[in-house]
Amino acid sequence: MKKLTQKMEFKPFCVLIAIILICGIISGGDFFKITIVDGHLYGRLIDILRNGSRYAILAAGMTMALGTGGTDISVGSVMAISGAIACSIVDGRILAGLNGNVALAVLIAILTGAVCGAWNGFMVAKLKVQPMVATMILLTAGRGIAQLIADGKIVTITSDAYYKISGGYFLGLPIPMYIAIGVIVLFLLLTKCTAFGMQVESIGVNPESSRLAGIKVERNLWIIYILCGMTAALAGIIESAGIKGADCNNCGLMIEMDGILAVAIGGTALSGGRFSIISSVIGALIVQTITTTIYAFGVAPELTRVAKAVIVIIVCLLQSKPFMDKFKSLFPKNTAKEVQA
Amino acid sequence: MRKKFLAVSLATVMGLGLLTGCGSESAPAESASEPAATEEAASAKEEAPAEEEASAEEEAPAASSANDKLVVGFAQIGQESGWRDGETNDVQWYAAQHTDTIDLVFADAQQKQENQIKAIRNFIDMGVDVIAFPPVVETGWEAVLTEAQEAGIPVILVDRGVDESCADLYATQISSDFIWEGAQAADIVGDLLEGKGNVVELEGTVGASAANERKEGFDNELADKYPDIQIIESQTGDFTRALGKEVMESFLKSHNDIDAVFAHNDDMALGAIEAIKEAGKKPGEDIVIVGCDGVKGAFEAMVAGEMNGTVECNPCLAEQIFDTAAKLKAGETVDKWIVSNDGVFRQEDAEAELPNRTY
Repeated sequence: MKKLTQKMEFKPFCVLIAIILICGIISGGDFFKITIVDGHLYGRLIDILRNGSRYAILAAGMTMALGTGGTDISVGSVMAISGAIACSIVDGRILAGLNGNVALAVLIAILTGAVCGAWNGFMVAKLKVQPMVATMILLTAGRGIAQLIADGKIVTITSDAYYKISGGYFLGLPIPMYIAIGVIVLFLLLTKCTAFGMQVESIGVNPESSRLAGIKVERNLWIIYILCGMTAALAGIIESAGIKGADCNNCGLMIEMDGILAVAIGGTALSGGRFSIISSVIGALIVQTITTTIYAFGVAPELTRVAKAVIVIIVCLLQSKPFMDKFKSLFPKNTAKEVQA
Repeated sequence: MRKKFLAVSLATVMGLGLLTGCGSESAPAESASEPAATEEAASAKEEAPAEEEASAEEEAPAASSANDKLVVGFAQIGQESGWRDGETNDVQWYAAQHTDTIDLVFADAQQKQENQIKAIRNFIDMGVDVIAFPPVVETGWEAVLTEAQEAGIPVILVDRGVDESCADLYATQISSDFIWEGAQAADIVGDLLEGKGNVVELEGTVGASAANERKEGFDNELADKYPDIQIIESQTGDFTRALGKEVMESFLKSHNDIDAVFAHNDDMALGAIEAIKEAGKKPGEDIVIVGCDGVKGAFEAMVAGEMNGTVECNPCLAEQIFDTAAKLKAGETVDKWIVSNDGVFRQEDAEAELPNRTY
């Protein structure tokens, strides 16, 4: 039992369950209501799974970048680029020879994400530019590139196959959830079953001593930023599929902040070192749950951002050790009981 | 090995460059069809104003210059959206159609205020008859507008306003009436629901004038004319498709009895359509959907029967701009605010109008 509570994933998981439970109770059970519509499950929890999956995918990549003590703030722009490319191919605006083949469009979009990631990797690993600054280049330029690809318009597509990437269901559950699970499993295999995960943590703690210890720091940074770019591309594809179009101005706008927030709520230190992908994914679901909650309770439009901020502050306070220690010391009897238990 | 990796990645980066190159190359093919579409749109308009303009020209005291054409300096913001491109195309096309009466000096400010100011100073030096421009931001125009006034050149603000302190420095503003747009949308909703039902509202970005005024117009019109229609939910979707969809998903879960959606722009309406489909309902039939702006996608959705109406926010302002410019040159007084000719389109009009859509 003690082992379980000490796990990095434990706290964020409790927070997620707490938020969902509180919502459920306040809404009188409405929040939990799941019905079957057109042969698939339908309800707010399903919405959280579907809409949260793109955060989860992003957070998985972001966790590793943050684990090395770096960051990737270009993910939102990379989402816009990949969405623009995928939609443009499906629409036949570019590479018309592919006849709007959805699988190839997705593949090319993800490869483009990898190229964007490689650019970031080149800046960070090779030129030793500070990650925040290095990725800021694509953050600003990326939307311009996406605009160029989409010709400054919202490319609207009608392909049902492409729409299924976001709106489809398998065994009654949304497809994006399966994509997210696939990505997370891959990343877990990579970090837990190979030395890669430990090397990432080592780089995060001290890149120079890692290098002296024989870790290929540069190569690992390249790989991490490329993976980050690919996760962003995947998230971009899911987002553009959901709205049947590439909205270059707004796709993934400010999502890098949500991604970093998800990782931070998950408990991975932004300064690098120990990281947990599962925690970040839970963090991503928390971020999405907050959004869904705010819509569910009909918070006035002027207050949505404030409401979000308040919840985030509460979540962060729950995670803060000094605060919790202080809080517990206010109730000495209870803590004594807890210890006994 | 490392060098090889670098070479490969460089090659892929260049490849990306090529790819974007392809993207922009494909543009001319598309834009080639645009002028044609604008042509149809404009020729569909009445021919009368052109004549009016000509007569205004005759009345104008031609004393000042040898060039008795109407010289208009137009300082466009730049390329920011399909809507903006539609406006640019319309202005250039209209001027090209009337080369015998109009001399258009066009400048592209590339989204920068200093470029726009520079262009306007240029126009003043050139001594154009009238200056027209959509101010990229609201503030910081006092100096240059004063210069124009001292030079005796009237200024027309196009589709956007400037802040109050400059109110005396420009001749007129040609722009949409968002309140009217909201009211028109309310009429479509009220009509299709036969005066009874529940409406949800997808608001634009909090604080944007288009959002505030469309909401004001819509809410007031419903309250006045259709007291049995209730607005049961209203939430911002930031004018984006993705949020429009997400907010609508939530509305649909909170309420089983939504009869209509009013979205402050068409993109949010298009997002809402997807959400409604996912909920197993038929957009356009089970739930009435009305948007604003009149973008092409909305017309396609209307043709497909998934949307019921849109209130246009017309970027084709050229005719009004040049008419007003001619009046100003002739020394006539014009209204301080000229409302642009916005159309209201319903599902049944969509098919005929779709080919005319340029943005």
